[in-house]
Formats: sequence, structure tokens, C-alpha cells
Amino acid sequence: MHLYVLRRLLMTVPVLLGLTVIVFLIMSLIPGDPALAILGSYATPENLARLRADLGLDLSLPQQYWVWLTNILQGDFGRSYHLNRPVLDEVLERFGATLILAGTSLALCVVIGAAAGIVSAVRQYGWADRIITLLVLIGISVPAFWLGMLMILLFAVELRWLPVSGMYSIYGGGDLPDLLRHLVLPAIALAVVAAGVIARLTRSNMLEVLRQDYIRTARAKGLDENRVILGHAFKVALVNLIPVIGVQAGFVIGGAVYIETVFQWPGIGRMLVNAISTRDILLVQGGVLVVAASYVLFNLCADLLQYWLDPRIKA
Amino acid sequence: MMAFLKLLARNRLAAFGGILLLALVLLALITPLLPLLEPNATNPANRLQPPLSDGHWLGTDQLGRDILSRLLWGLRVSLAVGIAASLVAALIGSTIGLVAGYFGGRTDNTLMRGIDMLMAFPYILLALAIVAVLGPGLMNALYAIAIVNIPFFARNIRGATVSIAHREFVDAARLSGKGDLRILVSEILPNVLPVIVITLSTTVGWMILETAGLSFLGLGAQPPQADLGSMLGEGRRMIINAPHVATLPGLAIFLLVMSINLLGDGVRDALDPRLKSGALSRPAPMTRLRRRQHVKVDDVVRVPGQASALLEVDDLHTDFEVGRETYRAVNGVSFSLKPNECLGLVGESGSGKSVTALSLLGLVASPPGVISGGHVHFQGRDLLDLGIRELRRVRGNQVAYVFQDPLSTLHPLIKVGDQLIEALRTHQPLSRQAAHQRAVELLGQVRIPNPERRASQYPHELSGGMRQRVGIAMALANDPQLIIADEPTTALDVTVQAQILTLLKRLREAQGTSVLFITHDFGVVSQVCDRVAVMYAGRIVEVGPTQELLANPRHPYTRRLIDCVPRLGDPDHEPAAIPGLPPAANALPSGCAFADRCDLVEPRCREGEIALIASDGERQVRCIKPLANRTTTGAAHA
Repeated sequence: MHLYVLRRLLMTVPVLLGLTVIVFLIMSLIPGDPALAILGSYATPENLARLRADLGLDLSLPQQYWVWLTNILQGDFGRSYHLNRPVLDEVLERFGATLILAGTSLALCVVIGAAAGIVSAVRQYGWADRIITLLVLIGISVPAFWLGMLMILLFAVELRWLPVSGMYSIYGGGDLPDLLRHLVLPAIALAVVAAGVIARLTRSNMLEVLRQDYIRTARAKGLDENRVILGHAFKVALVNLIPVIGVQAGFVIGGAVYIETVFQWPGIGRMLVNAISTRDILLVQGGVLVVAASYVLFNLCADLLQYWLDPRIKA
Repeated sequence: MMAFLKLLARNRLAAFGGILLLALVLLALITPLLPLLEPNATNPANRLQPPLSDGHWLGTDQLGRDILSRLLWGLRVSLAVGIAASLVAALIGSTIGLVAGYFGGRTDNTLMRGIDMLMAFPYILLALAIVAVLGPGLMNALYAIAIVNIPFFARNIRGATVSIAHREFVDAARLSGKGDLRILVSEILPNVLPVIVITLSTTVGWMILETAGLSFLGLGAQPPQADLGSMLGEGRRMIINAPHVATLPGLAIFLLVMSINLLGDGVRDALDPRLKSGALSRPAPMTRLRRRQHVKVDDVVRVPGQASALLEVDDLHTDFEVGRETYRAVNGVSFSLKPNECLGLVGESGSGKSVTALSLLGLVASPPGVISGGHVHFQGRDLLDLGIRELRRVRGNQVAYVFQDPLSTLHPLIKVGDQLIEALRTHQPLSRQAAHQRAVELLGQVRIPNPERRASQYPHELSGGMRQRVGIAMALANDPQLIIADEPTTALDVTVQAQILTLLKRLREAQGTSVLFITHDFGVVSQVCDRVAVMYAGRIVEVGPTQELLANPRHPYTRRLIDCVPRLGDPDHEPAAIPGLPPAANALPSGCAFADRCDLVEPRCREGEIALIASDGERQVRCIKPLANRTTTGAAHA
């Protein structure tokens, strides 16, 4: 029975290894000689050769990968020469801020998306369904970075309800209410697209489930409609939606890159954009690896959750 | 192709999207011909002019450049880059999908593992990593977005290819000596093309959005070149003083992507009707009731001196409204059921017996079902006139159902014990523990061994017979006066069938419940039913006590139906199928619906409505010349 869990856990290992291979290969494609870049064009050939040996560049590609991988597994992601601090420290610090933003956003888009999808399915062809369908269409077509700007203009500049940007106020902030006030706009802007996708899939899933025989059985038992919809129909729809939520988590983390830029949120997305423009390759590499690995782990959790909710998988 | 375009045009939203997209594309195409200002001509003296100012309809940006001109030129770039990225992704992804799906085996395995790896990255992150290596720039952004979209194409096209790679026409091509490449191009590609188009139509919008996103971050188009995304990114710094500089390009991206998404949804619906969002409609909590006038037929239902009935169905009509057609599934059904009686409702599939059963408590799926007339009297009330709240109090309480296929009618994700507890607690004020105890008792009552353990299992862990016992236990939960059993044994194999029938019979004797038993099987009828009603084309054509009716059918249809059943130990009896088909429920003939298939038909059979008339004893028949007893050979007529 727990064979599935074990197998799923084991399957994660090659995926994580594959991630490191892809990241390593992408980074090794960078043109130019790092030793030359470090020492400059006046370096002597002897010095260049020594530095190459120090950097491991005289090794074959698989050997280089092995050295790099063992370093990474020991937590050594190298040093960001631009920030002059270990890559891992910077990445973890920034990743925390992104997790707060993306986690809130994901929770928002699941709740809003599922609720909208349920209402839309239950009131199929009614005015609520039409309005939700229209909102979903707008939601999945709107550029999140543009929406974020419009929200800043309206709620922060015009109405002055919420702060314009940042994670904490510069003066006298730093507590939880302050964080929440700063979180509202970016979290909503980031949730919109995924909420649209989830609403759409919830609707079609609910429509499919509501036609099943066991829903008729639930009604024949005399259950009230809320119980039929939430307790019986949505229970099945939710199990089908969990993998979708896993995929959407990837889009939310990706979208965070834009939203963090718009709202000046000190997360890993903004760090990556900055690192790319300053060509801080080790920082990019570390950031991408950490985010991708956590995304793989998140999907692992989604699968395990689905397994736990659907007894049929155990059979 | 014409049919496809017609389908597309009928979808108003898709048509709107198509027209908007066409307008935007045309605008982008003719931009060089329009009398616009030079998009890159700076004029610092004239910077940040608001919209509708002199000479600049949409104002100017931070360098005094005309926004309208830049918007149209930027639209050109965004469209070109988005479409190019989509085509690159479609080309590479589809090739991978075709090769993996066609060759299968190790090729497939290797390619798809690689694709899975790409999908393990959060979408935009991979694009960022690629841009990080290639360096910022519009072409590099194009490559990055194309690469991260390859997996969508590869997966979809592989799936479509696998499903046809071993079809007859592919094997035939292979046998005719065609090479793999020719087969892929000439046989497989045309068949997976719709999948490619669907994938393309759903991803183009995304790709435009994402390339704009990279430009917005400053990683795509580099100045002085501009696409909509980079205009938005540059305008962001002036967002408070001059919001139009950033909001206008954003609006353009939004309109472009929305028009593509609208059209894409339309394309998907037209190419793949299965996915069409409107094709699925969910049934309402109760069947719609819309009484209308029906032709009155003077059916004799009550036999004089009959005891008071528990259930009395009077002239019930249930229709299915599909498009402009009305299918009359139940067309004036009347019958009555006494306390502690078992009435069999027999007929071929499509005769309306199940719909009759479901109509009684408003459980016919609606839409498309509509109850269009009649009354269902139960304990002095008309169930059809009850609101959903009152009806719910009857459902599962005084009247309970046992359905046909217990695998699909029990909830797959709820333990059977909990499903029973739910049924109990809906109608009785029981604590959870008391309900659990009662549920276990019920499972024991329907002869489920080890009921305590079974209660904590899921339906898929039980055998078919066990599941149906659970279904029966659930029906018994609230001691109903009436059980409606809709083909409860049809999905089971014969030995289990016999056990379930014995169980039902025993329970009925012990509890005094009335049963309406729907079946197509006369063998089952003779075992459990006191009386039988035979249905044909939505009407009851004959009613009577079981043994009398089986021995001496009065309606020619009943007799033909009984004669279809092979008899054990009677080798001379030749089971004879009834020639012809029942009439279509949306075009019922006037007169007797069986007339076209009856050997004894005469002209007056087809004139006017034929009523159910009292025959001998407690029997009624809907025939103008009912059959006599079977004592004489051949068809002797009364």
C-alpha cells in the first residue's frame, strides 16, 4: 500500500539530478573563457593555465559536473562576486520573501478559483456563470505586470489605501500587519492568472462530475444541495484538480518574477533579473536550482496529497 | 474546412475574438504605410505629453516620442516575435512528439524523459536561465520562450500519434513498402494536425504574453528597438506622473492576447467538440415541471373494489427536450401500488420504464428532462407539486431508490459506512456513533459478512454483489414505505442476481415495504413481483397479476416479448425476436405504437388514441382486440 509513496519518493531523485544536469549544461554553454574574464586580457599564459586548473576547467565536462555537484550537495553554491557574499545565503534570504508572496498567492488563487468554478458550474448559463466566464477570460489574458501597475495606480496612488511597493515600511514598519498591508496588492496581482485557469478547470470538472450516477444517488438520499455540491461533487473534482494546482504553482512562482519587479518585492525573481543584467552567473544558477528543486518537491507533495485523498490510487 | 469555419462563426465570442485579432494584425501589417511620426524620433522639449495633445493622439513618452506610432510599431514586433516563437516551438515540439509516438520504445522513452525534465522547471524560470546564458535581446527571448513551450507540443502530439500509430491505414502503408519518413509525413501528420492547431491556438497567447514579459524585465527587446513589453517596462518609471506611457502598451498586449484566447477557445471547441464547454450540462436538483395539455386517454387504472393505494401515478408525462426536438420518454403512464405490494415495470430498453421510476421523485436529469404532465399521489400528496425542500424530506426517507450499477452509483471516495451514516443522519436525529452502529446493523441485515470491517472500506474494494447489498442497505436506512428498484440485478452475474432477489424478497416480507421493480427480465419478474405492468414506447400496454399475465398475455406485444425468452426443457419452443424497431420517441405514430410490428394489425389500430381497458379479472390491456387464453393453438381473438 505504501509502495506508491516509496516509488513516488524514489522517482524524485532522478528528476532532481536531471535538474542539476540541465542547469549545469546551460551554464557551461556560456561563451568565453572564465579565467580570461577574471584575470583580464593582460594575464600571462602561465597564470591563465594555473587559474584554469584551480577552477577545474581543464577537466572533462562529466568530471566538471561531478565536482560541481558534490560542492552543491555540500551547500557550496559559490560566491556572488557582485554582492560579495555566498550565493546560498543570498538565495535563501530572497527565497523566503518569494515564498511568502507566492504561497499567499497560491492559496488565494486556489480558494478564489475553486469557488468561482463551483458557482459557475452550478449556475451554468446563468448570469453568475456568464460574469465569471468573462472575468476568467480577462484574468487569463491580462499581463500580470500591467495589472500590478494599474492596481498601484488605483489603490496606492489614487485611493492611498495600501503602500505602493516593498515588503516593509522603511520607517517604523517590520511587524506582521505591516507585511500584510504590503502583501495585499502583489499577492492579488500574482493570483489573477492562476485563479482564472483554476476556475476554468474547476467548472469543467464540476460539470463532468455533476452528471455522474453517484450524484443522482446523493440526491435520491435526500441530501441538501450544498452537501451534494461540496461534499460529494467537489470532493471528486478536487482530487482531479490537485495536479493542476501543482502545475499552477509553477506559473505562480514564474509570475513572481514580474510582480516582484513591479512591486519592488525583495524576492528571488527580482534577484534573478538583477543577476542576469549584472551577468552574475553563479547567482542565477543557484537561484534557478533552488526554485526548481522546491517546485519539484511541491509537486511531490501534491501527488502525495492526491494519493491520500483518493483511495482508488492505493488499489 | 467550410464546416469548421461555420462552427467557428456561430460561436459569437470566437467571432468577436477573430475580428479583433484580424483588425490588430491588419493594423500591424499596414503600419509602414500609415502617415505616422517616426517612432524613434526624440523630442525632449515635447516629452510626456498627455493623450489627445497637439499632433500626438496618444501623447508622447519620456523622450518625446509619439506613443501612437511606437504602439503600432511595437505591436508589429510583439506579434512577429510571438508568432515566430510559436512556430519554432510547434515545429520542434511536434517533430519530437511525432518521432516519440511513432517509433515508441527506447526512442520514446529517452525523448519524453528529456521533455519531462524541461517541465520540471517552473515555466518562466527556465526561460530566464536561457536568457541569462544567451544574454538579453529580442531574438534570445524568442528562443527562450520557444524552448520552454516545446514540451506542450511534444506531449500533446505524442499522445495523438500513439493513438493512431498502429491503426490499419498505417500498417497498410507500412506493408506497401513506404518508408518511416513518408508514413510520418503522408499518413500520420495529417491526422495529428488538428491537435497541433489546438495546441498552437492555446499557446500563442501565452507566448506573446511571456515574450512581452521578458521585454518588460529588460531582457527582451533592447533600445532603441521596442516591443509592447519593453515600452511598458520603460513607462513603469513614470507610472505616477504619466500613467498613459505604461498603461497604453499594456492595454494593447491585453487586447491582443484576449482576442487570441477567444479565437483559440473557439478553434478548440470547433475542432474537438468533446471539449466544448457547453456540451456538458449539469442536472438540476430536481426535474423541471412544466405541465401542458396532453390528449386525454381514458385509461382504466383502478379495478372496482381495490384497496386504497400507497402510490398512485396518474397520466405521467416526461419529455426530453434536445435542441428543437421533444422526445416523449413517458407518455401518459398511470398505475397504482398497494401497501406491501411488488409491482414489476417491464419493457425493452428505451420503453420509458427507468424514466418513469426517476420521474416519481424528480430525479430525471434536467436539462434535458421535463415532467410535462400528470400527478404522483403518495400518502395523499402530489409529489410533483412539492418544492425541493419538501421533496428532499421524502427522498431516501419514505421513498428510496436502489439503482442499477452499484459501482457508478456509490460515491467512489467515501467509505460505504459513511455513505450509510449520511443517509441515516439526513432523516433521523442520530448521533454519529448511533448512526455508525445502525449502519453496521444495516450491512448485517443485507447479509454482508464482517459488516464492521466492510463499513470502513471504499466501494472499489467490494465485489459487485456486495456493492449492490450496500445499495439496498442504503435504501432501507430510513424504513421507507416504498422502494423503487431500477434494474437492481442487471449489472450482476446470474448467481449473485439470485442472491440479491432472495434478499429483496425476504426484506419485503419482513418489513412490509412496497416495491416498484423495474426490469427487462421476465424471469426476475416471476420471482419477485405480485403484479406486472408492461411498458412500450412510453406507455403501459398491459397490467395484471404476474402469473396470469405470464400465462395468458392479452396484448400482442406482451406475448411477443414473453416468446422471446427461451424456455428450459422446451426444445420445440423457438425464441422469436420481434421484427422491426420501436417507434422513435420524437415521432410517435397516432394510434397503437406497436401497430407497425404487430401481425394482427388492422386499420382501426392506427385511428385515435387507444385506451387501457379492463380485461378479465384484475387485468387491463391497451388493445382493441386483446388475445384470448393460450388454450387453443394459434391466435384466437376475443
